[in-house]
Amino acid sequence: MAAYLAIEDVVKDFAGVKAVNHVSLDIHRGEIFALLGSSGCGKTTLLRMLAGFETPSAGRIVLDGVDLATMEPYSRPINMMFQSYALFPHLSVWQNVAFGLKRDGQPRAQINDRVDAMLKLVQLGALAQRKPHQLSGGQQQRVALARSLAKAPQLLLLDEPLGALDKKLREETQIELVNIIRNVGVTCVMVTHDQEEAMTMASRIAVMSEGRILQVGAPAEVYETPATRFVADFIGNVNLMDGSLTVDQPDHCEIACADCTHYVGHGITGTEGMAVAVAIRPEKISLSRQAPTQDFNRVAGQIKALAYFGSFTVYHLALASGAALKVNLNNTQRHRDDEMVLGDTVWACWSDSAHVVLTQ
Amino acid sequence: MNTPPRTAATGWLPRLAAGLRWLARGRTAVIGLPYGWLLVFFLAPFLIVLNYSVSEMGAVRPENIATWGDGVVKLSIRFGNYLAIFGDDLYFKSYLSSLKYAAITTAVCLALGYPFAYFMARAKPTLQPALLMLVMLPFWTSFLLRVYAWKGLLGEGGWVAELLLYAGLDGPMAAAGMITSAGKFMNTPFSLVIGMAYTYLPFMVLPLYANLAKMDLRLLEAAADLGASRFVAFWLITVPLSKAGIIAGSMLVFIPCVGEFVIPELLGGPQTLMIGRVLWDEFFSNNDWPMASTVTVVLVLLIVVPLAVFNKYQAETQERGR
Repeated sequence: MAAYLAIEDVVKDFAGVKAVNHVSLDIHRGEIFALLGSSGCGKTTLLRMLAGFETPSAGRIVLDGVDLATMEPYSRPINMMFQSYALFPHLSVWQNVAFGLKRDGQPRAQINDRVDAMLKLVQLGALAQRKPHQLSGGQQQRVALARSLAKAPQLLLLDEPLGALDKKLREETQIELVNIIRNVGVTCVMVTHDQEEAMTMASRIAVMSEGRILQVGAPAEVYETPATRFVADFIGNVNLMDGSLTVDQPDHCEIACADCTHYVGHGITGTEGMAVAVAIRPEKISLSRQAPTQDFNRVAGQIKALAYFGSFTVYHLALASGAALKVNLNNTQRHRDDEMVLGDTVWACWSDSAHVVLTQ
Repeated sequence: MNTPPRTAATGWLPRLAAGLRWLARGRTAVIGLPYGWLLVFFLAPFLIVLNYSVSEMGAVRPENIATWGDGVVKLSIRFGNYLAIFGDDLYFKSYLSSLKYAAITTAVCLALGYPFAYFMARAKPTLQPALLMLVMLPFWTSFLLRVYAWKGLLGEGGWVAELLLYAGLDGPMAAAGMITSAGKFMNTPFSLVIGMAYTYLPFMVLPLYANLAKMDLRLLEAAADLGASRFVAFWLITVPLSKAGIIAGSMLVFIPCVGEFVIPELLGGPQTLMIGRVLWDEFFSNNDWPMASTVTVVLVLLIVVPLAVFNKYQAETQERGR
């Protein structure tokens, strides 16, 4: 698929600090693309360059074959939903949504129809005459969405779209927001520091750190096969174990770590003896009191802490080397037959497909 | 401290004690002090002036409006001065010209002050205290000296006057009625407005600056994002959002300008008869305290009544907005 939005080797230099450092991305028509990273990673700067509020120091941004470099923010076919919305406080909901349409000088009847349709889309028709400060956070968010969709932009930008909402409302709104964007069919780039938000909403995610893109992929791809230690650590919880490659065959490899030997069910392209890290997600490990029969992919540890989350429980095991291992067990039953408690020594084991071997 | 239940405070002594305790509470004192100040130094003098305005002038001071004799209290309230004010052209014209010059001055201050405040609020944060200082700097010299200086600047040979002559602006200004005759700038509506606008400009700039500085700049980005050019965004977002600052600044300029006496006296001329001048004459030249008081009362009403109506309207719109 040809790129609809092409970001080509873009750099943004703020007085010697490269906020965005040689970033290239291809974004497809109709997809919801998330830029994910902690604050200061350059994701917002990249978004602001798309909107036209910042000018790239180098590189090109091409939208549907048109280079945006010389275009002012007000002439770009791009609209943005701002962080904490930036609704005009002196204008009613209706006037907020109509603001962009009026700037285009459309006929009055057409504006009326479009605004009504937009308010219907976000289910705010009844509140059209209210001022923003009379609305709840969730309602303000929907006004902001209606306002940014009113002009039928070629590209929709979302800056921390749900950051101002509380957790419960955020989860409901994520799905609703995605449905609206999908129905409208607009291509969307969003910025967020919240990995759950990125994973539920986006079709693809780019993980950013220090101005660079570390990995681009579908949510499951980024989670299950992180490319680097940083990505593995940033997305979700992970156990990282350093070790060295002892066996590397086409169908399997073995890695020796301080506490255990890993048997991985696929080969990697490495040389024996090289230092690697093994990443295992806590939910891919199981616990038992009896030692597993095989002498690899297992480790004994003492339960040092446990945290009950309702649907699952996290066990923190202390291993012989002093390292810690996190294990998530789903609470599929209300009471376990053989409850493992603080201080118990137990065996943790995992399958030969649970690992991700990281060479960087 | 808890106030005792009401039923406990029968008898005047406990009630007085409760009252004193209430007065001694910090909150009451903080709110009460400025109110007390206004009561003693504004309301009470105003009532005295009101009293004078309906009394007869005696040899030195106005007579009492109530007299006691033969077991009868006689109350004589003279409305003659009020009738005179509405009957005599002079007062009406002076009020009108005061309002006119105050309005022109306010407009000039707004036109000069808004861009000033705007660029000050958008200047680099490190530069802003210095700019603010520049606005306040004139207050360090005497107000009278500063107004007097304009006499020199606008009088014959003054360099502002020379500059205007050199630019050939005196002809058009005379044609527009800003000055009486070509070549003469002092003691004209022009010099009066210059003096008042110069003096009151900081009172316009400061509230506007305070308002514009706290504006959320992302709103301008949002406007630009939706297709508004910089000018349109300024006109549709910045100006409406600074309405409170515009109103506050205009009030601070307009109200003192209406009653201004010193500047018209120093810089104004025969056509710029303002009510402050009339008041001065009634009091010091004619020694007619009741008439001077009447002029004052009408002036206060002229300012306070529209202000009260405006406040009520403002409160109502806010209520509706809520």
